[in-house]
Amino acid sequence: MRAAAVASAPAVTSTESQIATSTAGVHATAGVHATVEEVVRGSYGRLVAYLATVTGDIAAAEDALADAFVAALRTWPQRGVPARPESWLITAARRNLIDAARRRDTARRALPQVARLLDEHSQPRAASTIPDVRLQLMFACTHPAVAEAARGPLMLQTVLGLDAARIAEVFLVPPATMSQRLVRAKTKIRVAGVPFTIPRPDELPGRVGAVLDAVYAAYTAGWDDPGAADAGSVGASGRTDGPHTGPHTGLSTDISTDISTEAVRLARLVVGLIPDDPEAAGLLALVLHSHARRDARRDADGAFVALDRQDPTRWSKPLVAEAEEHLAHAAAARRLGPYQLMAAIQSVHNRRARTGTTDHRAIAQLYEGLAHLSPTVGVLVARAAAVLADGRAEQALGLLDALPAERTRAYQPYWVARAAILDALADPRARSARDMALRLTADPAVENHLRHGSGPP
Amino acid sequence: MEYLLMAMEDERAFEAREDPELRDVYWQSWNAYIAALTDAGILRGAGGLEPPFTATTVRVLDGAPVVQDGPFAETKEQLGGYFVIDVADLDAALAWAARCPSADGGSCELRPLLPPRP
Repeated sequence: MRAAAVASAPAVTSTESQIATSTAGVHATAGVHATVEEVVRGSYGRLVAYLATVTGDIAAAEDALADAFVAALRTWPQRGVPARPESWLITAARRNLIDAARRRDTARRALPQVARLLDEHSQPRAASTIPDVRLQLMFACTHPAVAEAARGPLMLQTVLGLDAARIAEVFLVPPATMSQRLVRAKTKIRVAGVPFTIPRPDELPGRVGAVLDAVYAAYTAGWDDPGAADAGSVGASGRTDGPHTGPHTGLSTDISTDISTEAVRLARLVVGLIPDDPEAAGLLALVLHSHARRDARRDADGAFVALDRQDPTRWSKPLVAEAEEHLAHAAAARRLGPYQLMAAIQSVHNRRARTGTTDHRAIAQLYEGLAHLSPTVGVLVARAAAVLADGRAEQALGLLDALPAERTRAYQPYWVARAAILDALADPRARSARDMALRLTADPAVENHLRHGSGPP
Repeated sequence: MEYLLMAMEDERAFEAREDPELRDVYWQSWNAYIAALTDAGILRGAGGLEPPFTATTVRVLDGAPVVQDGPFAETKEQLGGYFVIDVADLDAALAWAARCPSADGGSCELRPLLPPRP
């Protein structure tokens, strides 16, 4: 954040200065901090989206808004919190954008945008009239012209306001790498002219899929239990095979749980913006079902607990109920998709809280459907594990043997599933499969589970 | 925004230009595309290129130009022609790129043009 921005804080208008607080000093400052935090939490994405769609420049929008927050922290303790904080921040940020554009250049491209900003600047807007264009921002972040690995992180940063260092930690890349990835994506969006618009109806289904995949990638990146094939560990388009695609390092539960919670927020937001899309509802149901089990995934000592050994009384009933509601809503549209099927699989698992048993036949059948719609290596391995759980080890082995070796060689879940299947068949090759799985596992908790546990995680 | 569309063609496409059986279809597709770009009022420039074997490269080494035959890249697709179009955004440019005859069988690469420097 640059201190220079304070100079361009907007004058507080008479209506805006009708303030609730009159306390001075420390209390006012604390109150202001709380208000700013509340606005950041509740409105950050809306404000960035609005500013970015006006200029086509996400980075400039973020900078201008950050400067506006700095200005708010400086001026609000003295002048009081404005009646419409969002409106104040937008006005300040817009002025910052104009100043920045003037400073940067008067190149042809910047002029019409600055003119538009100035135009809007002259007409003060009420907070309620700041249009919600977060969906447009999401479509820009997940445009096919944007590097796929950047899409989930970009949404977490721009829509939810998470900082790059935190995102880097969860996506298991060095902070500098993540920063560079995000900067590059924002530059590509600006320079290549990626539009901040809702795609045409004929393009919409594919583009919504990219938004959903990015949300799901953000969700799975937050897992701290990479061995957990327990959460439908497969991206609908086969691009996000969950967090156990390769060696995984342990993460502090705090951070990962936190990011998963943020990704659930993102999924809720997507459903709020496109309520009629069954796959969006399916995704939300999926992450809610999985999120409902988060407390049960580790025991008191922090050791990983496989799904079939989790204590269902520790699963969140409200989250399961919410998930079921969204899944039913999605099913009513009668347009089946991978996320709905993955959610249905988790729904069957979570039914154990009520029935005490798991319907492995139903799960195996749902995986059949999923393998048909989305035959990624992750899905195909998970299907074999489901067939094993259904008591058909021979058949499960046949399914694994049919997979091409080059796709499974370094895929840890494949070796975990293979070891379990060979164990069930009392086949001595189980040992070498288990060794392969261990070699591909970096998380000590999961490694411990593989060494001492039995059956698929 | 202005975009350069680079029509990347494979060997078969370059051969089709002269092939008595194929050349009519080949050139008709390009003529139709150029007509569509012209009708839309977005065409700012265009050119077709002779095949890759006609390329010559010059480099200035120690102050003196060095001329070489080629390059002859190993890549399957080579630049066969280009268009400069002026459209609203990347999606509009992509829609035109998808209609480029080279996109079917070869590819069409696009890049925004640098805005004029002050």
